[in-house]
Amino acid sequence: MSATAVHAEDHGHDDHGHHHKETFMTKYIFSQDHKMIAKQYLITGTIMGVIGIMMSIFFRMQIAWPKESFTIFEIFLGNWAPDGVLSPDKYLALVTIHGTIMVFFVLTAGLSGTFSNLLIPLQIGARDMASGFLNMVSYWLFFLSSVIMVVSLFVEGGAASSGWTIYPPLSALPQAISGSGLGMTLWLVSMAIFIASSLLGSLNYIVTVINLRTKGMSMTRLPLTIWAFFVTAIIGVVSFPVLLSAALLLIFDRSFGTSFYLSDIFIQGEVLHYQGGSPVLFEHLFWFLGHPEVYIVLLPALGITSEVIATNSRKPIFGYRAMVASILAIAFLSTIVWGHHMFISGMNPFLGSVFTFTTLLIAIPSAVKAFNYITTLWKGNLQLNPAMLFSIGLVSTFITGGLTGIILGDSTLDINVHDTYFVVAHFHLVMGISALYGMFAGVYHWFPRMFGRMMNKNLGYVHFWVTAICAYGVFFPMHFIGMAGLPRRYYTNSEFPLFDDLADVNVIITLFAIVGGAFQLVFLYNFFSSIFFGKKAPQNPWRSNTLEWTAPVEHMHGNWPGEIPHVHRWAYDYSKPGHDDDFVPQNVPMKDGEEEMHH
Amino acid sequence: MTTGLLTIIVLILIAIAIWQLTKIFDLSQAKADNTQVANDKDNNINGYLMMGFLMFIYVITIVCFVKWGDLPLIGNAASEHGSSVDTLMIISMILIFFVQTLTQALLHYFAFKYRGKEGRKALYYADNDKLEFIWTIIPVITLAGLILYGLFTWNEIMDVNMDDDPIVVELYAQQFNWKARYAGKDNVLGKANVRLIDLGDNPNILGLDREDAYAQDDIITQELHLPVGRKVVFKMRSQDVLHSAYMPHFRMQMNCVPGMITEFAMTPTKTTQQMRETQKITNKVRRINDIRAVKSEKLIAEGKEPLEAYEFDYLLLCNKICGASHYNMQMKVIVESQEDYDTWIAAQETFGKKK
Repeated sequence: MSATAVHAEDHGHDDHGHHHKETFMTKYIFSQDHKMIAKQYLITGTIMGVIGIMMSIFFRMQIAWPKESFTIFEIFLGNWAPDGVLSPDKYLALVTIHGTIMVFFVLTAGLSGTFSNLLIPLQIGARDMASGFLNMVSYWLFFLSSVIMVVSLFVEGGAASSGWTIYPPLSALPQAISGSGLGMTLWLVSMAIFIASSLLGSLNYIVTVINLRTKGMSMTRLPLTIWAFFVTAIIGVVSFPVLLSAALLLIFDRSFGTSFYLSDIFIQGEVLHYQGGSPVLFEHLFWFLGHPEVYIVLLPALGITSEVIATNSRKPIFGYRAMVASILAIAFLSTIVWGHHMFISGMNPFLGSVFTFTTLLIAIPSAVKAFNYITTLWKGNLQLNPAMLFSIGLVSTFITGGLTGIILGDSTLDINVHDTYFVVAHFHLVMGISALYGMFAGVYHWFPRMFGRMMNKNLGYVHFWVTAICAYGVFFPMHFIGMAGLPRRYYTNSEFPLFDDLADVNVIITLFAIVGGAFQLVFLYNFFSSIFFGKKAPQNPWRSNTLEWTAPVEHMHGNWPGEIPHVHRWAYDYSKPGHDDDFVPQNVPMKDGEEEMHH
Repeated sequence: MTTGLLTIIVLILIAIAIWQLTKIFDLSQAKADNTQVANDKDNNINGYLMMGFLMFIYVITIVCFVKWGDLPLIGNAASEHGSSVDTLMIISMILIFFVQTLTQALLHYFAFKYRGKEGRKALYYADNDKLEFIWTIIPVITLAGLILYGLFTWNEIMDVNMDDDPIVVELYAQQFNWKARYAGKDNVLGKANVRLIDLGDNPNILGLDREDAYAQDDIITQELHLPVGRKVVFKMRSQDVLHSAYMPHFRMQMNCVPGMITEFAMTPTKTTQQMRETQKITNKVRRINDIRAVKSEKLIAEGKEPLEAYEFDYLLLCNKICGASHYNMQMKVIVESQEDYDTWIAAQETFGKKK
C-alpha cells in the first residue's frame, strides 16, 4: 500500500464532476452515484427494520399473554393467527424472520451499505466508488433479496421457521416443520442473493479505499470510520462465502438427496435415506460466518461512534493507533472464535477449550475501545447533539452487553445458559441496541450531508431518551429469566409450572418493548418529514474535520466541483493548540512550524 | 377494482403534492440555520439527563436483583460439578458487576461534567501509550485467570469416563417427547439405529437391535429416575432433528444430534425430596403456588376447574429449536435413594421380555 494515494482517476464522463444529463431513472432508481445508493440502502433497510420490529412486538405479545386472541394478529398475521391466536409454528416463523431481517437486512446492509457507500468516497477524497456499476448492482441485489424474503412470508407453509440460524435437519425437512418447505427455499434464495450483494459491495469498498485516496490521505490519516468500513469489508469477503457454501450444501440436501448434514433420521413414521452427514458440519460452516457477522455489524457502528464522539467532544479520538489496532485485532480474532456458539453441540470438548480461550481474548480489544471512548469524553467540550447521545449510549450498552459475553464465552458457564434468554439479552444489547444506536447516530450526524437539511433536534432527544430507557427495560430483566433456565424460542412458558414465576417478568419486558417500538415512530416521522421540511443545513453543521463536509450538498456526481481537496493532516485536530478555531479540517495545510500528530 | 385504481391515483397525487410543496419550501428557505445544533441549554439539559440515566441504570439493576434475584440458578445446584459451575459463575458475575459499575459511572459522569459550554476549550490530548498498556494488561491478566479456572472445570466436566461405576442411560429425543433407555444389569446399552424402528404389533420404538445380547436387558421409560450420589453417564440420541437435553438444576446441557451419540456425565447430589426442602426451592414453590392460587380464583369464578398446586420436580427440557411443539417437550426427572431406585427399576419391563 502506498503511503500517499494518487489523484483519483477521472471516470470517463465525470470530468471534474460537472452535471451530466440525468433522467429520473438514472438519478433516483438506477443510480451509480454512491450517495444515492447509500440513501437507497438506508430506506430499504429502514422498511425492513419496521417489518422486523413489528414481528418482535407480535411474538413478545404472545409470550406475555400466552394464547390470547388479539385483533391486531388477525389484521396483520392472517392465517398465521387463526381467530387471533398465534399458532406455535408461526411463532417460530416470526422469530426466524425477525432475526434474519434484523441481522442481515437492517444491521448489515442497512448499516454498512448506507454508511460505507456514503462516506468512503467522500471521506477519502474520491469522486465515487471504484465501480459505480457494481455498486448499483449490489444495491439492486439487496433490494431483490429483501423482496424475496418478504414474499416468503406469504407462501403456503409459511416462512422459514427454524430460527435465523436454520440448523438442519429442522431446516432441511419440510415434514419437520411446515416453514421448511417453500418458505425455507425462498429464504435460501434470498440469502444467496443477499450474499452476492454484500460481496460486491465489500469488494468495491476495499478497492476504493486502497486505490482512490486523494493526495495526502495516507492510511494513517484515514478517519476511523474508514478503517472500520474497510476492515469490515475484508471480514465480509472472508466469511460470507462460507455461509453461501453452507447454504448450497443445504440446498443439495433439501433438493438433490445428498447427506451433507443428514444421517439416520426417522420422521413422520418413516426412515429417510440420508446417511453419513452431520448437522454439526452445518453449525461450523454457519458460525464461521455467523460470528464474524456480528463484528461486521458492530465495527461500522464503532467506527461511526469514533467519528461522532470526536467531533462532538471537540477533541481528538483518544488513542487512534490503539483504536486501529483494536479494529484489526477484533477482525482477526473474530474468525477464530465461532465455536463458542457450539460448546454443547456435541463437538469435541477440546475444541470447546480452544474457543473459550480465543473468545476471552477478543474481550480485550473490545475493552480497549470502550476505555478509549470514555477517555475521549474526559476534558472535552461535549456537544450533546442527538447523534452524540446515541454514540454515548452505544458505549454504555456495548459495555453492558459485552460483559455478559464473558459469561457466555466461558464454556463451563455456557452449559447452563446456552439457548436461554441470557443469550437473547446479550446479543440484543450488543447488536439490537448498541449497533442500532450506531446506525441512529450515523443518520442524525450525516443527515445534513445526505439531504442538505437538519433533523429536528428535540424530536431526536425524545427519541433517544425513551429508546434508552425502554432498551434497558426490555433487556436487563431478560438476563434474570435466562439464568433461571428459561429456554429461548419457546412459543409459551406456561406449559409446565416451573416457569410460572417468570411470567410477570415477561409482561414487563413486553410492555417496555411495545413502548420502545412505538417510539421509533418519532424517529421515522423526524427522518421523513425533515427530508422535505427540515431546516436547511449549513455546509458543516457539526464543525467536523473530515472531507465529506467540504463537498457541496447538492446532488452532484464527482463530489467536488473542482479539484479534489488535498489532505495535510489526520482527521482529529480538534481544539489543537495554535489554532483559533476548535477544529482544523483535514484539507487545511499545516501552518509554519506546526507539527502533525504522528500516527 | 375502481377503488384500487382511485387509491393509487390519490396516492400519486399526494406524492406530487409533497414534491411540489418541498420545492416551494426550498425556495422560501433563504439561509442555512444552526437552530438544530445543540446549544448550551441543550447540553445542560442532556448532561443532567446523562447523570439521571446513570442513576436509572443503577436503580434498574438493584430493582431487578431485589425483585428477581432469587430466580437465577446460582447456588443450590443438584449435581457434583454444579457447585464448581456456580462458584465460577459467582466470581465472573462479581467481576463484571464491578467493571459495569465503574465504567458506566465514568462514562455518564464525564458526559455530564464536560457538557459543552460556549467559549470553553477542550483538551487536545490524543494518546497515552502507558495508559493503553495498563488497561490492556489488566484485562489480560484477569481474563487469563478466569479462563484457566474455567478450563480446569470444563475439562473435569467433559471428561466422560466409566470411572466410579456409573449407570448408563440413553436420553432419546424425538418430535416431541423424550424416552430414557437404561442399560440394564449389564450396564451396556444395546446397539440401536433408527433404521430398526418398528411401530407395528411388536413395537421397537427406539430401533434396538433385537439380536444384540446387550439390548435384551435395556429398559425404556418415560420418566427418568436416578439414584442419588451415583454417577450417571448419559448417551444422547435424536430420532429426527436437533434437540437438546437440558436439565438446569443439574447444570447440564447437551445437544441430541441425529446420526451421532453425544455424552454428558454427572452425579446427582440431592434427591427430589431433599431439593424440595431447600430454601430456594421452597421459596420458588411458594411463589408459584401464590400465582396459581390467583389464577385459580379466576377460573373458579368462570366455573372452571382450579389449577393443581405445584410440587417441585426436576425436569428435562428440550433446549434446541425442534419444531412446533418445542415448547412442550419435557420429561420428569426423579432423584431418589439407591434403594428406591432399585425397587423402581426392578419393576420395569426389559426390552428382551417384550417378544
